[in-house]
Amino acid sequence: MEEKLSLQEWIDLAETENKSFGDFCIEFQAKELEMDKRVLLERMEEMLHVMEQSVVIGLTGITSMGGLVGGNGKKVETYRAESADKSVVGSVMSKAIMIALAVGEANASMGRIVAAPTAGASGTLPAVLFSLSEARGSSMDELGKALIVAGAIGMVIASRASLSGAAGGCQAECGSAAAMAAGAAVELYGGSPEQVGQAVAITLKNMLGLVCDPVAGLVEVPCVKRNAGAAAQAMVAAEMALAGICSVIPVDEVIDAMAAVGNAMSCTLKETAQGGLAVSPTGILLANKLFAKVES
Amino acid sequence: MNIFDVIGPVMIGPSSSHTAGAVRLGNLAFAILGEGVKEAVIGLHGSFAQTYRGHGTDLALAAGLQGWATDDSRIPKSFDSAKEAEIEISFTTINLGDLSHPNSVRFWMTGVNGNKCTVTGASIGGGRVVVTNIDDFPVEFSGDFPAILTMHRDRPGAIALVTSILSTQGVNVAQMKVFRKQKGGLAAMIVETDQPIDDAAFEVIGKLPHIQSVRRIQLV
Ligand code: SF4
Repeated sequence: MEEKLSLQEWIDLAETENKSFGDFCIEFQAKELEMDKRVLLERMEEMLHVMEQSVVIGLTGITSMGGLVGGNGKKVETYRAESADKSVVGSVMSKAIMIALAVGEANASMGRIVAAPTAGASGTLPAVLFSLSEARGSSMDELGKALIVAGAIGMVIASRASLSGAAGGCQAECGSAAAMAAGAAVELYGGSPEQVGQAVAITLKNMLGLVCDPVAGLVEVPCVKRNAGAAAQAMVAAEMALAGICSVIPVDEVIDAMAAVGNAMSCTLKETAQGGLAVSPTGILLANKLFAKVES
Repeated sequence: MNIFDVIGPVMIGPSSSHTAGAVRLGNLAFAILGEGVKEAVIGLHGSFAQTYRGHGTDLALAAGLQGWATDDSRIPKSFDSAKEAEIEISFTTINLGDLSHPNSVRFWMTGVNGNKCTVTGASIGGGRVVVTNIDDFPVEFSGDFPAILTMHRDRPGAIALVTSILSTQGVNVAQMKVFRKQKGGLAAMIVETDQPIDDAAFEVIGKLPHIQSVRRIQLV
């Protein structure tokens, strides 16, 4: 069996080398991939361009394949334009919500997305990255580096726990996406490697136990809105970490706890559409309707 | 696992198993047939049978049979393009039994040159796939490597001849599996390699004694 990765180990290395976590990760990953640092960064920037396009697709107000979601990203866009003074969460987070929904809807309607870490959770990272980069005026290079930080975090979670809803529930998909985004946000705001780790730990703790219960087995309900929730969780945790708040439970232990919770979770709550919202009366009704359509 | 497994791949949504994996299964079936598809009947089993419309699994399979990649923006329009190219594709739901993976599919294909081939495979998560049966031979391969598939008589030396050709061409064998139904009968062999197999080697292998047919499977 392969040895498990440790986020704390990387954080400690970055701290002793006196580097930002982004600079550490880009060097470390470039070496690992035997790839030039510049090339790695360019590949990340290509991913960011695809993400930008997904937002555009989502905001055209498409409807999903299953017909259960669509048009909600656009609704938030309109609300932002017409009722800015009535925003509960403020402009930056409301933009994150808009982007998360737009990309989730693009995915559900066969648009082109970056599975980061998965297709179902593909709205979370673009939401956090693009809303914050606009607020901060970040460069493409800074965003690319933040994306590498997110990727490194995801690698550790994959190695110690899982990134798939079928294996670990939605905590492993949207939870991991949120943790990756939280770390990326701290990097974007100039936080320390230690603070990146705190943000990851806090996010995962707040999303621990989230089940995967897609209605009719489709990546639509609750997936799309959950991306907006995950983006918000990431921003909340990043704010705490940047303020110097620490997680009492160390980050690697939190990831291990998530793995244990995922293993203890009933199979009905792991993408099989046999539990949770999927078997609510409305969930069943919708599933029956969709399957009847398939049969006809 | 590397960082691009986490940040990526770029794909057409909504599901890595039901959409991206379905494209790859179509790609593999197309590659195994070894020529353009003229007609395909596609049987969907389990979760594929239940949720294929909502995941665009049918569109993805049709795209795969036309050789498109998992991030091709034309995937939602793959039926139109098949029609234009006069490829006849139809779908049916099938039951492959409880032991089959819930995301399984079977292709009954006829190629433009009249060759027929039946391929069964499954999408096993995260966009990864496995082909489990070709023309009634139970097999197992992922398409992650370039590969050749031979049908040959189960005779001493038949296998060694193939691998020796590969080695003289500097092609390293990554994995190799032989499947047979009965001793001395027809056998199937899949050789997965680190390097692509060039035309010359491919042709020589086709002319070896005991080899009935050989196909080259090279995915992008
Ligand atoms: S509910 Fe399941 S399918 Fe939907 S995003 Fe979460 S893990 Fe993915």
